[in-house]
Amino acid sequence: MQEKNISAHNFEQCQKCAICTTVCPILANNELYPGPKQAGPDGERYRLKNPIFYQDTLKYCLNCKRCEVACPSGVEIGDIIQSAKLEMGKRHHVLRDTMLASTDLMGSVATPIAPLVNATLALKPVKAVMDAVIGVHKGRTLPKYSHVTFEKWFRKNAAAAQEGFRHKVSYFHGCYANYNYPQLGKDFVSVMNALGYGVELLEGEKCCGVAMISAGMLKQARKNAAHNIGVFSKAVAKGNKVLTVSTSCTLTIRDEYPHLLGVDNSEVRDNIQLVEKFLYQQLSSGRIKLVWKEGYKAKAAYHAPCHQEKLGWANFTIELLRMIPGLELTVLDSHCCGIAGTYGFKKENYEVSQKVGKPLFDNIAAVNPDFVACECETCKWQIEMSSGYEVKNPVSILAEALDLEATAKANI
Amino acid sequence: MKNIGREFDVIVIGGGITGAGTARDCALRGLKVLLVERNDIADGATGRNHGLLHSGARYAVKDSESAAECIKENMILRRIARNCVDDTQGIFITLPEDADSGYGLDYQKQFIEACHASGINARVLDPKEALRMEPSVNPRLIGAVQVPDGSVDPFRLCSANILDAKLHGAEIMTYTELKSFIREGDSIVGVRLLDKKSGETLECRARVCVNAAGIWGHNVAELAGVHVGMYPAKGALLVFGHRVNNVVINRCRKSADGDILVPGDTVTVIGTTSTKVPFEECDNMSVTREEVELLLREGCALCPSLAQTRILRAYAGVRPLVAADNDPTGRSISRGIVCLDHETRDGLKGFITITGGKLMTYRLMAEWATDAVCRKLAVTAACTTADKPLPGSEPEDQYKEVKLPQFAGANLGMKASVGRQGSMTEKIDYTSEENRELICECEQVTVGEIRYAVKELGVTSLLDLRRRTRVGMGTCQGTYCIYKAAKVLAEALGKPEMEQQLAEEYLSERWKGMSAVGWGDTLREMEFMQKVYKVGKPTSFNR
Repeated sequence: MQEKNISAHNFEQCQKCAICTTVCPILANNELYPGPKQAGPDGERYRLKNPIFYQDTLKYCLNCKRCEVACPSGVEIGDIIQSAKLEMGKRHHVLRDTMLASTDLMGSVATPIAPLVNATLALKPVKAVMDAVIGVHKGRTLPKYSHVTFEKWFRKNAAAAQEGFRHKVSYFHGCYANYNYPQLGKDFVSVMNALGYGVELLEGEKCCGVAMISAGMLKQARKNAAHNIGVFSKAVAKGNKVLTVSTSCTLTIRDEYPHLLGVDNSEVRDNIQLVEKFLYQQLSSGRIKLVWKEGYKAKAAYHAPCHQEKLGWANFTIELLRMIPGLELTVLDSHCCGIAGTYGFKKENYEVSQKVGKPLFDNIAAVNPDFVACECETCKWQIEMSSGYEVKNPVSILAEALDLEATAKANI
Repeated sequence: MKNIGREFDVIVIGGGITGAGTARDCALRGLKVLLVERNDIADGATGRNHGLLHSGARYAVKDSESAAECIKENMILRRIARNCVDDTQGIFITLPEDADSGYGLDYQKQFIEACHASGINARVLDPKEALRMEPSVNPRLIGAVQVPDGSVDPFRLCSANILDAKLHGAEIMTYTELKSFIREGDSIVGVRLLDKKSGETLECRARVCVNAAGIWGHNVAELAGVHVGMYPAKGALLVFGHRVNNVVINRCRKSADGDILVPGDTVTVIGTTSTKVPFEECDNMSVTREEVELLLREGCALCPSLAQTRILRAYAGVRPLVAADNDPTGRSISRGIVCLDHETRDGLKGFITITGGKLMTYRLMAEWATDAVCRKLAVTAACTTADKPLPGSEPEDQYKEVKLPQFAGANLGMKASVGRQGSMTEKIDYTSEENRELICECEQVTVGEIRYAVKELGVTSLLDLRRRTRVGMGTCQGTYCIYKAAKVLAEALGKPEMEQQLAEEYLSERWKGMSAVGWGDTLREMEFMQKVYKVGKPTSFNR
């Protein structure tokens, strides 16, 4: 008699089973947080009655989306919570949150004077001041800036060589590869070139906006989203796939744009994916071949970032890594590392963030790998700081393990 | 037989809103009052309606007297029952098809004039303005009128009247059935009662008995040996899973089925129908598939998104209309108040019937009935119920307390209890961690609120508790909380052995309401409830 229930974020599909509460990494570690069911579909019914029922404690949600992955009824619990925060939440640490979220701006300012910035930010007194004045926890090791951005390197050293490739892909490098760790971008270019793909940059990508969404900077996030959809459309119109190396940027662009920002991405969404998924599919259909280095040997532990769990693509990465003959791979139990982008930088979340990640850090220590494989840069910061193990993006592992010259020959 | 010879000034029969209001008014005027109710308070029509705080606009064209009564009482309830009232405002919309059937914008003009004549502040809205005010309204509307409608929680309102009556010395006996009247000559001088929980019978005497039993007042009158011809008109309603609209939506046309959509607390209710039913059915109402389809169809005309909104349950009540003429719809009957002094009408002393009317005019009905009682008892105290706030209604803004600093870290349940119990929430001890614990997560009911209800509001079962706290009334209809609620309640009642029985009784009642709308997500919920608690029958719906 009725058509399908289409309440916002499926919140009415909730059967109240509370399975989401069993997977929430915060609920177990912060008693102030009401948990995904209360903060999400339960609270939503009350917020619809009167916004006075909005709870400030929703700010403790780290938006890992594990509740959504667990929900048997398809309720977009994380989206319900984020939407409520965006609509009704108060911004408490405006300066800090704006600084943490404005990755493009901070990156542009910091990279030209990177050595100075890096040295300054590592000083204990500076950290103490940042803790006291803007609320970034003093225990946190801050990500280092690169002196030369990836884009600058690419234009100078790689752009010309891309012309020679018949097949092209567009690369959304994201802020991390651009400002903090250009080596990741360089590895991406090496791998793609070896496989016979030329790499093109988008016509002026902007930060995906994930950190702006968690900082409540709705207007700026929408602006970035609309801009990015524009540049994606141009790339897709050329017949390019848009490939990414960061799970959170990918999830934001594919899912958060329409769900939280109301920015339509339906024309480009299917063409935006993580490079691991793309490569696995090309391999399965026999379009590319991989030639491995003789004598490569390493022991790795794979950690699937929360947003990878939500994307549901961890298996592509795992299978790719398993193809490396010399790599002994352990897949870690799925567990949030606790950082959740900018969440773990914030003074009020620091301790909980460490508590959340502890089982993961212990698990890594028990495996004792040479390095941890993981597609997320903020997981990398957290794991490196808190477990002491190095974290590598799977793309960088491929760049190391592949015989790039032989692979290039095999893919002509 | 016990308690022979207990004497009261007045015995009120019926614990619906009319009886509760009458008991309160009598108690406030210094009378010694007993109220008897065969089930729980608000168990009849009081708890089975829209919960609409009528502006009276609906009656303005055809029945200006009812309309004027409504708007007057509307304004009074906003003052005296703040924690029961939600000032949502209402709109009357005109759709293109209404114009085809003679209820177009010309009728709208007539409607507004009639509203103004009855003292109802009605204001024309541009369709765009109406859409801004209520985005869920049917965008095809060609006209709209804003009126001071709202929503009122009838359970809470009834409970607050009972509580105030008690605070002023009234005695309340629920689950106590009237078996017969004690008659001496041409006077009713008391009642013989059956305590349904203990099985004991008792007698109580009073100089006046007031029949305020709603549709069951027909039988009460028969017991007294007089005849009040009543007309049982069933009205069916559907409850949707969340607040779809925040403004009451009505159709601006002659009253018809399913033309009022009311946002009440966390849900939205569409109703109603009007069907003549035999008296035997009044105790066991159920909603038919045809009624569900009709309500859904008409509801979608007011608010198209209802077609995709989960329906939690269906229920029906019986309007206590005083029978008149041979009108097959029951709609042309005035909803006016009928107050009968059986001494002048039938030569029977000490007996008054108060009936007709509606939820909106309960206070006025109570005033009339109490005036009649006072005349008989030669009491001159004046009615004060229009000015004295009900318990829980003290702060100016029902959410004022929620904004207080002590609620800064409060969980949602604590805030929700303020929304329900108003200023009476101060009686809940929220310094205790245990009392802050949530039992019903859909409706945000805490252990503390349950304990308060048991202590102060006369709760004997989970069904009673539901009427005072909304426990189990939300999305899951008790599936995920009722075993916890049963434990807390059984312990608070000092009867831990009753735990299972309390839960079973509750879920059977929920099952009935869900069965009428058992498809989609509600069906999933039912199947889960069935599997866990073994209630109801396995479902077999093919909608």
